[in-house]
Amino acid sequence: MELEYQGIMVWVEHRGGVAKPVSWQLIGQARRMAEKIGAEVYALVQGERVEHLAREAICYGADRAYVVEHPVLRDYRTQPYSVSTLEVIRQVKPEIVLIGATYQGRDLAGAIATHLPTGLTADTTMLDVEPNPSRLLLASRPAFSEKLMATILCKKYKPQMATARPGIFEALPRDESRTGQIIRVPFDMKEEDIATKVLEFYQDEERVNIEDAQVIVAGGRGIGGPEGFAVLKKLADLLGGVVAASRPCVDQQWISAAHQVGQTGKTVRPKLYIAVGISGAVQHTIGMNGSDVIVAINKDPNAPIFDVAHYGIVGDWQQVVPELIEAVSAGKPVAPLAGGADK
Amino acid sequence: MHIVVCVKQVPDSREIRIDSKTGTLIREGVPSIANPYDLHGVEAALQLREQHGGRVTVITMGPPMAEKALKETISLGADDAVLVTDRRFGGADTLATSYVLSEAIKKAADTWGPVDIVIAGKQTLDGDTGQVGPGIACRLGLQQLTYVERIVAVEGNRIRVERRLEDGLEVVETSLPVLLTVLKEINTVRRASLPGMIAAARYKPITWTLADFPDIDQSKIGLKGSPTIVARSWVPEVRKVDTTYVDNARALWEALWGTDLPERLGWSAKEGA
Repeated sequence: MELEYQGIMVWVEHRGGVAKPVSWQLIGQARRMAEKIGAEVYALVQGERVEHLAREAICYGADRAYVVEHPVLRDYRTQPYSVSTLEVIRQVKPEIVLIGATYQGRDLAGAIATHLPTGLTADTTMLDVEPNPSRLLLASRPAFSEKLMATILCKKYKPQMATARPGIFEALPRDESRTGQIIRVPFDMKEEDIATKVLEFYQDEERVNIEDAQVIVAGGRGIGGPEGFAVLKKLADLLGGVVAASRPCVDQQWISAAHQVGQTGKTVRPKLYIAVGISGAVQHTIGMNGSDVIVAINKDPNAPIFDVAHYGIVGDWQQVVPELIEAVSAGKPVAPLAGGADK
Repeated sequence: MHIVVCVKQVPDSREIRIDSKTGTLIREGVPSIANPYDLHGVEAALQLREQHGGRVTVITMGPPMAEKALKETISLGADDAVLVTDRRFGGADTLATSYVLSEAIKKAADTWGPVDIVIAGKQTLDGDTGQVGPGIACRLGLQQLTYVERIVAVEGNRIRVERRLEDGLEVVETSLPVLLTVLKEINTVRRASLPGMIAAARYKPITWTLADFPDIDQSKIGLKGSPTIVARSWVPEVRKVDTTYVDNARALWEALWGTDLPERLGWSAKEGA
């Protein structure tokens, strides 16, 4: 049976031709879902000169990349982006549309879902599809301050839409040998018909990108104040990582919000996460428990952070962290434990 | 200048507990509050009124008890507050909600004059979607500027704002009428003055029910007008792992060298030395 709506479309968000990682993460997830139902993965790339992103999208798992190039699409603006997105959606008729739950992504998704109209699930952290013949999108998201998860369905409208949190889904490894089709979609809109003008963009000076970090040293209320972060920074620098924080530290203005992990903050999955003085409320752990190796340092042996930690030290961080700095500075231990990476 | 602010009364989700046996929400004793982001929207509207004159109308859709949130906005200085309430509006998702709110904004325009600016909080505490604002803009054909951190200027029919993005700050300009969604960083919400509190105590919010919207398309409201449904909910389990406890930092460092981390992170034998 020929379905009227077919395929999973992912919006490729970028700034000046540099893609946001969430775009490739969603193409990876779309690929996994598409395999289950025998569907194709489409990427939607809009901008001024962005054909290289179409090629990238294919390397990351898309079967087809739709490219809309026009000077009015240079910067993200709701009107030209929603109009061109709607044109592509109406032409291609994907059964599912996925968009990163970033500021721009949410701005776009809310507009186009209303125009279509269709159902839109915001800020999902789990995405799956029911097998054939239903092919329903199972869009799950945290609710009530992450205390509950809910699966939301959109049964009667197509496409089914969701925005998805950055940092949750895994991108496929970039594969140069992948082939796919690049389809140019004509688009025209006059600049004078667009009311909104982007006048300036100030890139944040302090470029903390905890979402892409391989190693994170995170501090919580237990570190007592902004000075504590200077110590954590020393350790993070030695390990080639960055400093992050739990919400109370940000609320107390010990460190800027860009460092915040967890609910209302960022979701991270580094290879090594060292939690220092963090009690480990679910609002925090939900944002970091996908990390490969978690170390908890806390003086309270009952702190819930130990539930998610692979390694734990019960003790005063003011003693433990300087010792750890010393140990790391000394380099590889002389006598590693059995099974050590001594090769 | 006529500014409409959309406000929602929400359960304070920070206070919500989960019954771990049944996996359901314990709603009892959870205070209802005006969505904090929306109050920043009210404050932004009041400041615009102070600079440019005009009026501030607050609209909420919700059960009758949402009057409390409306009174709070009156105590801050809003001119009028409208409660859009009807059982048949209930069970609405963001699509149906934005429809009813845009119909109410049209009615506010008919009642008090054309609307120049609609303001909403960036998202609600309970829904967390941030979708209703864009939905309203789309339905009313307004310009849309989301995640506004600062209103720089309103001159003639142009407005200039700063939008907060993940990687920086964007300065954008557009024309009125416009819908803004605002972040809490945009301002500090004033405290209610004594006259404000007295005015709020005396104030009876204007109530609009379905009967007040003769032209509304009833297939687009409430549960029926909502394409999304919650199929199931559950209490997320935090991944529990077997924790290896070590006595001190040195033992930890040795233990980490016993994993595949040194290889995957490219730690050399002289790491950091």
